[in-house]
Amino acid sequence: MGEKGKMAITKKEVEKIARLSRLGMSEEEKDMFTKQLDTILEYVNKLKEVDVSSVDESRNVWKTMPHRDDAVKPSLSVDDALSNAPDKSKGHFKVPRIIE
Amino acid sequence: MNLNELTAHELSEKLKKGETTSVEVVSSVLKRIKDVDAKINAFLLVDEESAVTQAKKADERIQKKQAGPLTGIPVAVKDNMCIKGQTTTCGSRILFNFKPPYEAAVVEKLRSEGAVIIGKTNMDEFAMGSSTENSAFKKTSNPCDLNCIPGGSSGGSAAAVSADETILALGSDTGGSIRQPAACCGVVGMKPTYGRVSRFGLVAFASSLDQIGPFAKDVRDCAALLNAISGPDNRDSTSATEPVPDYTSHLDGNLKNVKIGLPEEYFIEGIDPDVRKAVDSAVQVMEKSGAKIVKVSLPMTQYCLAVYYIIAPAEASSNLARYDGVHYGYRTQKSENIIEMYMKTRQEGFGAEVKRRIMLGTYVLSSGYYEAYYKRALKVRTLIREDFKKAFEKADVLVTPTSPTPAFRLGEKTSDPLQMYLSDIFTVSLNLAGLPGISIPCGFKGNLPVGLQITGKPFDEAAVLKTAYAYEQAAGWHMKRRQESR
Repeated sequence: MGEKGKMAITKKEVEKIARLSRLGMSEEEKDMFTKQLDTILEYVNKLKEVDVSSVDESRNVWKTMPHRDDAVKPSLSVDDALSNAPDKSKGHFKVPRIIE
Repeated sequence: MNLNELTAHELSEKLKKGETTSVEVVSSVLKRIKDVDAKINAFLLVDEESAVTQAKKADERIQKKQAGPLTGIPVAVKDNMCIKGQTTTCGSRILFNFKPPYEAAVVEKLRSEGAVIIGKTNMDEFAMGSSTENSAFKKTSNPCDLNCIPGGSSGGSAAAVSADETILALGSDTGGSIRQPAACCGVVGMKPTYGRVSRFGLVAFASSLDQIGPFAKDVRDCAALLNAISGPDNRDSTSATEPVPDYTSHLDGNLKNVKIGLPEEYFIEGIDPDVRKAVDSAVQVMEKSGAKIVKVSLPMTQYCLAVYYIIAPAEASSNLARYDGVHYGYRTQKSENIIEMYMKTRQEGFGAEVKRRIMLGTYVLSSGYYEAYYKRALKVRTLIREDFKKAFEKADVLVTPTSPTPAFRLGEKTSDPLQMYLSDIFTVSLNLAGLPGISIPCGFKGNLPVGLQITGKPFDEAAVLKTAYAYEQAAGWHMKRRQESR
């Protein structure tokens, strides 16, 4: 982050972010991403030069989103919604054990 | 000339006069795909049977004199747009077997026009990349030089049009993914205003930036395809209700009273000298055609790429959370519990660039970094938009290079993500500001085409297309591509 020798991101942080992202990762990947993310973050850190003290955040690209009526309309059938499921059972998605 | 080498407007004339049929046009395109796609690798899927069936229907429509400008015309679709029942992979292993149960809005619109959808084109995984090398399935080559990248992420669509393997194609553009490959392959590619085209059925990457747009061999075809896909759609809450003019009606070849702005920050050191030369001559041609050239300034330009590489990954990390091995797509073979299943599915299903962006996005949104990165980027995005607003007080359209260099060699930038990102330095700003932009050919460096980017005010695609058309007709680069492809 500008200071000599200091990384913008550490391997420990990469491990934490991978967990938050639900991404399994090999040691090689962790090392590679630490290096690459550090370079990218170093680059995007140039935004710190910009004075944004009196600027609002961009939220919507044009205007606020339109609202629609809360009305029931036809949607995908259960069969269609399940048609791509890797595993299913009796009209539901099936997943591995959740509670130990 | 073979039918597959013609434009949509030329073919449409012939179809209406009965000089050819859609079945013949489609056969000519399918033959071309058979002959060259083993080398180009533009397509992930070609459905010959369905294409011929659609062509027969189009021919019936033409005989009944119910044909529109796209009736019977082959269109290729980037593989991140849903076609009901047809595999839609997004260039990713995680969606290798996904068959959408519904159709994208743009696909519905093409079908109602009687266009013939011939197949799905290769792309960088989840549209993340500038070279199409991030596809999980294959690498696409640039038809102008097979050792070079076609650009990306819509590289398959750009290459297919350039190699005459289709007449028209659709792509999507989040940071330049239509315009940069169009420039690399020497074709016309346009990103419309954010909201102009419905994103319903487009697999989401960065929802505040994504927009679908046309690829074509010339500006008239580009305008015709934009006509077909534009308009409001209540299934996309960001879809715009602004009226859609007939974009082909503004193509008069006249630039009198058109004010063309040159943003000084886009003409900097680091641009390939041949790109610079081509763009400079293009500006001279436009001036000779009656345009008034004005200097404008976009001071925030140097920050656009940094803002983009915070906002786009942030939105992607959220959008791609849905690929969890539960609802569709790939699931890892063996896992003890659900968390392990998520972790392994995503580790095995996503490629390196997608993981990189999910990580980057999760990081800039995580507690402790949200304010410093994401919130700050949103504020600078506001300043970028204000820059353009001011520039458009002095100019009707802006003219810049599309990319700082022509197509680079396959493999040249795969090990250095930041170098790859820099290919988009002139295109990402339009996505951040929501503006329409086109890339059209403006010259060559050796065999490799150079692209000219024309940017317009929000919802003023008409001015962009008018300027592009006048330049194209005066300069004639689209004819040169045509001669070389023979």
